[in-house]
Amino acid sequence: MTNKEFQDWQEKELDKSISRFPERKEQFLNHGADEINRLAIPAKVDKKYLEDIGFPGKFPFTRGVQPTMYRGRLWTMRQYAGFSSAAESNKRYRYLLEQGTSGLSVAFDLPTQIGYDSDNPLSMGEVGKVGVAIDSLADMEVLFEQIPLDKVSTSMTINSPAAVLLAMYMVVAEKQGVSSTQVQGTIQNDVLKEYVARGTYIFPPQPSLRLITNIFQWCSENAPSFNTISISGYHIREAGSTAVQEVAFTLANACTYVETALEAGLEIDVFAKRLAFFFNSSSDLLEEIAKFRAARRLWARLMKERFGAKNPASMMLRFHTQTAGNTLTAQQIDNNIVRVTIQAMAAVLGGTQSLHTNSKDEALSLPTEESVRTALRTQQIIAHESGVANTVDPFAGSYYMEELTDKIEEGAKKIMAEVDQAGGVVACIENGFIQRQIENSAYDYQQEIEKGERVIVGVNKFTVEEEGKQPGLRGDPGVEDAQVQRLLELKKRRNNEKVKETLTSLEIAANREENLMPYISDAVREYATLGEICNVLRKVFGEYRG
Amino acid sequence: MSDVRKMRVLIAKPGLDGHDRGAKFIARALRDHGFEVVYTGIRRTPEEIAAAAIQEDVAVVGLSSLSGAHLRLFPAVVEALRKADAADIRVIGGGVIPDEDIPILKDAGIKEILTPGTPVDQIIKAFEDACER
Repeated sequence: MTNKEFQDWQEKELDKSISRFPERKEQFLNHGADEINRLAIPAKVDKKYLEDIGFPGKFPFTRGVQPTMYRGRLWTMRQYAGFSSAAESNKRYRYLLEQGTSGLSVAFDLPTQIGYDSDNPLSMGEVGKVGVAIDSLADMEVLFEQIPLDKVSTSMTINSPAAVLLAMYMVVAEKQGVSSTQVQGTIQNDVLKEYVARGTYIFPPQPSLRLITNIFQWCSENAPSFNTISISGYHIREAGSTAVQEVAFTLANACTYVETALEAGLEIDVFAKRLAFFFNSSSDLLEEIAKFRAARRLWARLMKERFGAKNPASMMLRFHTQTAGNTLTAQQIDNNIVRVTIQAMAAVLGGTQSLHTNSKDEALSLPTEESVRTALRTQQIIAHESGVANTVDPFAGSYYMEELTDKIEEGAKKIMAEVDQAGGVVACIENGFIQRQIENSAYDYQQEIEKGERVIVGVNKFTVEEEGKQPGLRGDPGVEDAQVQRLLELKKRRNNEKVKETLTSLEIAANREENLMPYISDAVREYATLGEICNVLRKVFGEYRG
Repeated sequence: MSDVRKMRVLIAKPGLDGHDRGAKFIARALRDHGFEVVYTGIRRTPEEIAAAAIQEDVAVVGLSSLSGAHLRLFPAVVEALRKADAADIRVIGGGVIPDEDIPILKDAGIKEILTPGTPVDQIIKAFEDACER
């Protein structure tokens, strides 16, 4: 075989892509003015190459989801942030946008993530701690003040109550005069991994899957540019899984969402292109690069072969990456900058669409503005100075890299088959099979550290005595009281009759098989609180107890 | 009478924080070391934790929090134990806890605070000490 396939790809994929989205530069040159090759390929393109590796932007997408990758557009530098009150977080977002971040990523506090208002006794101590407290549309309006929602894309880490926060976001956009069809962003909306790794579940699996499918459907009709889910391996890995388990459990969850949507009568090629993924990037550089490549290929094959997708966009695994929080050490915190650099490099060499780099001080507290800036600068240095963004998938064809990519795909398939045989993801969550696998991996890893078999620099080797650690960012201790006060005032100010009406309608709809998004939106518009809306759903759906 | 109480402990996650990798590791490491260990699971209230500690007749409660809510929640567990007439059950805390919070927590009756990177042997020792009468 000659390079006919390569020419084909150039004509059908590359030229088309460049004519629509020109590359960042006319020419990519190294120091010495030699032209940098966009895509290196083997001298002989054989059948195996085409089946397993192929060309970027083309099935099976091993080399990336776009033909020009970062020569066309750099990944989105998206720093997860949010703390304290909506007003405080709004300030941080505007700071990040000024500093050149290209998308927002909202961190909500735990009460918001679990559907409790700030005045709920269970919220005690947690209000505004790990993210921003949102009780109602009023808070959401403050959160996005002076941020144009037709220009900025926003990712929201919200799962069990995702429908409510999505509705709030869309109403804020509407009030800015931005139509829901123009709004870009992502909601995490991945509840299955909450049961196994992250813990912010509210309802049992079945009604949770219904809410997720409602969102798929509503967005396909009303917000076609919005990513309806971000199926997350990140937290599975943080909970202690291996790289192979991360791929396996994430894609198993993804298959469950696809099956549920198909059962509800949705068309695969209508909703599948809005599925997004979220992975962890840890410190084993080569394994992480291979993991991203393997995940992309495995997903493409599953979509095509198992689910019969026809549109290539349905087969593309597009993903966000965050560097691995669990690898940050409280000792010699400057070392974390180096860890984050390696991890970020793996994500970029693995073809991520967006990236969050952790800050060096996050093992101690919320990151300071200064350390967040360094984390963002790390991405900017990789993008503009390292040169890795000038060519596509440079590790392809390395014997080691391809072997490892194959191994991770095979390993993940094996675990996915085990889950299928044991009755599928929901059964394996309910009987604890998945949780046990992750726990065992976490235990083994930590034992290796304790025994010194795995070196963690500054922790079990190369340690130094450190003077008192520098104090990090503290949330304002008054935020909880202030937030509760805001909520009380809101409840006096709003039209409580209307609130009651919309909540009653929501309850009736929840008891039927209707799509709940319009009902939730109506309640949100009347300033019903997140807790009130979730309580209606708790009453109908019941609560999950881990 | 032995001067060492039986090595029976409760590992608990107060508040809404779901990060339990550390808590589960400690539970298992203590078990491997001969302790009897009960793990509560995530998202327990201080009152639920105190009730479980009494019902399970443990000598020590180990609390884990990574969400920054420790200043409210750890003392609330001590208080719940005291109210239930079980102030003899000792409380140890761990997680992402800034240095400047440690004296405040100790003043509130938390016996020991263990922060990230503490070797597991030291953690086991802390539980052994707390089990001693």
